[in-house]
Amino acid sequence: MKTSKFTKYGLLIALALIMSYIEAQIPVFFAIPGIKLGLTNVVVLFALYAMDFKSAFIINIFRIILVGFMFGNGVSILFSLAGGFLSLLVMVLLKKFTDLKIITVSVAGGIAHNIGQIIVAMLMLQTNSIAWYLLVLWFTGIAAGVLVGIIGGEVVKRVRWEDQN
Amino acid sequence: MKTDKNTIDKTEKKSGGKPVSYKKDLIFIGIFLAVGLILAAVVFLGKKAGNSVTVSVSGKEVISFSLDEDLEYMIEGKDGGKNLLIIKDGKAWIEEANCRDGLCINMGKIDSVGQSGICLPNEVVVSIGSDEVTDEGPDVVVY
Ligand SMILES: [Zn+2]
Repeated sequence: MKTSKFTKYGLLIALALIMSYIEAQIPVFFAIPGIKLGLTNVVVLFALYAMDFKSAFIINIFRIILVGFMFGNGVSILFSLAGGFLSLLVMVLLKKFTDLKIITVSVAGGIAHNIGQIIVAMLMLQTNSIAWYLLVLWFTGIAAGVLVGIIGGEVVKRVRWEDQN
Repeated sequence: MKTDKNTIDKTEKKSGGKPVSYKKDLIFIGIFLAVGLILAAVVFLGKKAGNSVTVSVSGKEVISFSLDEDLEYMIEGKDGGKNLLIIKDGKAWIEEANCRDGLCINMGKIDSVGQSGICLPNEVVVSIGSDEVTDEGPDVVVY
């Protein structure tokens, strides 16, 4: 039983690594270097719905650290941590306390992901001239959230990972 | 198509019991979009031409220039980082940089208050303001 759970973790983290690699190949012209769109959230969203909060949390930590060491640096790890966990927090709360659909939860997560990153950028650079980035990242957050929500929703629907208890 | 829809209906009815309503979701998405539009309105309506360019390194303001004066200035960033700032025809941009990613070069030209160009590796922020210019001395201008 335990092994099966670890296998799932391994599989999802590996998937997250591949997606991070793909995402790293998409140059974002407006981006503050290191800021990501958060497409990797598909894996976290899936873990949250098909498994549980704890699994999503663990996968989130591992993917951020591994991706950070493989493709990133200290700064991008900070961005990912802030984005990843703010996003997960928002999604967990919405899933728990509302009956919103997975796509809406994902959109809220996408926005939160980008807000988290922008807060780090603000603190790091001690600047508040980020209104333009906030605007762009707000809408790209929605767009990424819709995409992630659709993909994640379909996968959750098709893959039945009943948790062994 | 038909089978697809049926399966979706079945799964959702199974888990929900009540008929599926997207009302709340639409309201939420609507709110997200509305906030985005307000943000856009604030940014675009509040957009006004700046008259100064401020350079900060590691959070500290280093120097500022008038946007009206054409010049080139080599910014000394963190750890020997260098970014070449160009001000020309009322616009500012980073022309060259020795950072790894070079993203600051691709950020484009800026000329409105609140806009900024950022080089994270070198911890350089170039932002447009409407502040007073602190230094226009020719000794810092590199042509
Ligand atoms: Zn740069």
